[in-house]
Amino acid sequence: MKSKLKVTTKRKDSGEKKHSHLTISLIAVAVGLIFAFLLTILTGRSPFDLLTALVRSMTGFNLQNLGSFNIMYVLNWFLNAVPIIMTGLSVAFAYRTGLFNIGGEGQIIAGSTAAAAVALLVKLPPIIHPIACILAAAAAGALWGFLPGFLKAYRGINEVVICIMMNYCGMYACAWFTKVFLPIDPNTNDRTIAIMESAELKQVFSNSTSQFNWGFIVALLAVVLFWFVIEKTTFGYSLRATGFNKEAARFAGMKVERNITMSMMISGALTGIAGALLILGIYRYGRIFTSFDNFGFDGISVALVGGSTGIGVLLAGMLFGLFKAASGNLQLFNIPKEISELIQAIIIYLVAIQYAIVLLLDKISERKIKKKEIEEKPEGGNV
Amino acid sequence: MELLYQMFPLALMSAVPLILGALGGLYSERCGIVNIAVDGTMQIGAFVACCTIIFCERGGVPNTITPWLALLVAIISGMLFIAIHGVASIHFRADQTISGTALNVLAGGLTIYFCQILFDGKKQSDYYAMTSSFTRINVPILKDIPVIGPMFFQNAYITTYIAFFLVVLTWYLVYKTPFGLRLRSCGEYPQASASMGVNVVKTRWKGLLISGALSGLAGAVLIMTTSSYYYVGTVHGLGFVAIATLIFGQWNPWGCLFAGIFFGFAQTLGYFSSSIPMLMGLPVEFYSIFPYVITIIALILFSGRSMAPKASGEIYDAGKR
Repeated sequence: MKSKLKVTTKRKDSGEKKHSHLTISLIAVAVGLIFAFLLTILTGRSPFDLLTALVRSMTGFNLQNLGSFNIMYVLNWFLNAVPIIMTGLSVAFAYRTGLFNIGGEGQIIAGSTAAAAVALLVKLPPIIHPIACILAAAAAGALWGFLPGFLKAYRGINEVVICIMMNYCGMYACAWFTKVFLPIDPNTNDRTIAIMESAELKQVFSNSTSQFNWGFIVALLAVVLFWFVIEKTTFGYSLRATGFNKEAARFAGMKVERNITMSMMISGALTGIAGALLILGIYRYGRIFTSFDNFGFDGISVALVGGSTGIGVLLAGMLFGLFKAASGNLQLFNIPKEISELIQAIIIYLVAIQYAIVLLLDKISERKIKKKEIEEKPEGGNV
Repeated sequence: MELLYQMFPLALMSAVPLILGALGGLYSERCGIVNIAVDGTMQIGAFVACCTIIFCERGGVPNTITPWLALLVAIISGMLFIAIHGVASIHFRADQTISGTALNVLAGGLTIYFCQILFDGKKQSDYYAMTSSFTRINVPILKDIPVIGPMFFQNAYITTYIAFFLVVLTWYLVYKTPFGLRLRSCGEYPQASASMGVNVVKTRWKGLLISGALSGLAGAVLIMTTSSYYYVGTVHGLGFVAIATLIFGQWNPWGCLFAGIFFGFAQTLGYFSSSIPMLMGLPVEFYSIFPYVITIIALILFSGRSMAPKASGEIYDAGKR
């Protein structure tokens, strides 16, 4: 903080926040990518292959065979971005209230299971059916977010620990629920039978090989709603106030305990919906989870990089969706797809140590100013 | 009783990584740093130990040295890995939960990435012979003691006794030495300890490095006693159970020991439930979910008078009062 003050007094023109969140995010992403390229070189793989895989997932063009173009890759990019935009919004929503929702894994499993249950057991007309499934998933996710929020608000228990425990509770409880209450596919025994056709989210382009479906509308709606609720409503204002300073918010007459519980529940609901979109749009059957899919953890990176704003989460979700979509292409080029996880880890880490980045940036700009002063002085002296 | 004799060594076997991981968490939380990267560090430890054994086998290193070498390498790599967390949380004022999350993601990516580099594109490592790892031993004389003998001293791994020894050592270090007092004070009120001339930064580094060493060891012990290859599910969230053990043990080495054995026993009960008529009706998931539910209940019960270090997770700012 001190060095920041020192520099700002030197530079009289810029009194406001010097390094925006965008700068830090961009630096983090750049460093993550550079690291990935270095690692591919170090482990004897071609960095050009990595670039090709990324470009192909983004544009559909193959750099190594310029004539070929396949729109499927672009659609798959959007498809991969949808669930992590939802989980990113979820983490961001809790973060704005000063909560860290690391319970996304449990919430997404609860949401998936609830959506599958409604899709398998309840008969409803098309269009209404997927909406019912999504609402059920939101309710299940909210239920999974309720306990950490409630305990944080009324008993002061750290929500991180409860969230982590709830993740595993979710995995085992839902595996049990699925096995006992839902019709299991006798051929494989590790999933349910296909969901009813009326509950499926249909493909947007039915002639494409991509699974890209109408679920993206839900994600876009969620982004807009997120922005509206957080920035434009009294409720959102009191949530943000709770996040900034709990005691001040309480003093101003806001219901801090209710805010914390509600925020965690809404956050859980958003992640639950992500689970429903995956089941209704991609898998089309209920799953018995034996491990995490890491969508919840992806949400943490998306929210951090996106600065916990609606539009930021949308952009960051697109970015991480690209890494996810590229993993199939990477495997084609014999680069382990885990490299996208490594990029992600480095980005989270760099956002976590943004204090150091700010210090570094300050030093650089300080040097620039000094240089300028040295360059400017002789001129002034001559005149 | 026969069943109990069969179960107990298994329960101890699954308890040991939990106890070691919990001790690892204890050192870092006691010095004021939240370490949810225990899981990631365990993955690194397990992976490195596994690779060491495989390459020792290929290089013809004798079986008597290999397991110890693997433990040593795992400990060192655990310390190196957790140092990344240290740089962020001690020097760069990072949010320790976020930095820990980054490390967990990093560990999952790194281990499987290098699996595919080292073992021709496979998502798991090669197998190693069980003889290159620790083998079960019977302790002479002690094994003949009735009741306790078959429970603790037959069919046991030497790592179990190492873990017990480390529990005692930790208790002594943390509660009976000046180092332990400084460590605990840094976790309760770092500004106060700084005013008494304690170097908070140095103490936190020491605590965190010990934490990394123990977590790495936990991973190594886990893979060397329960498996013969590394894959993505080797650790399978056991690092988080270790954190649960730490919380259920109320940040105390003896508590960690008993909580660890308790959770280990609960897991083992799952394997044996089909042969115990009273427990046959319960689904398998019940035993897996048990430690997590118990931890939540424990947290609720203890919430009023939690023994958690007060400054744990707080950024140390020397200027703050």
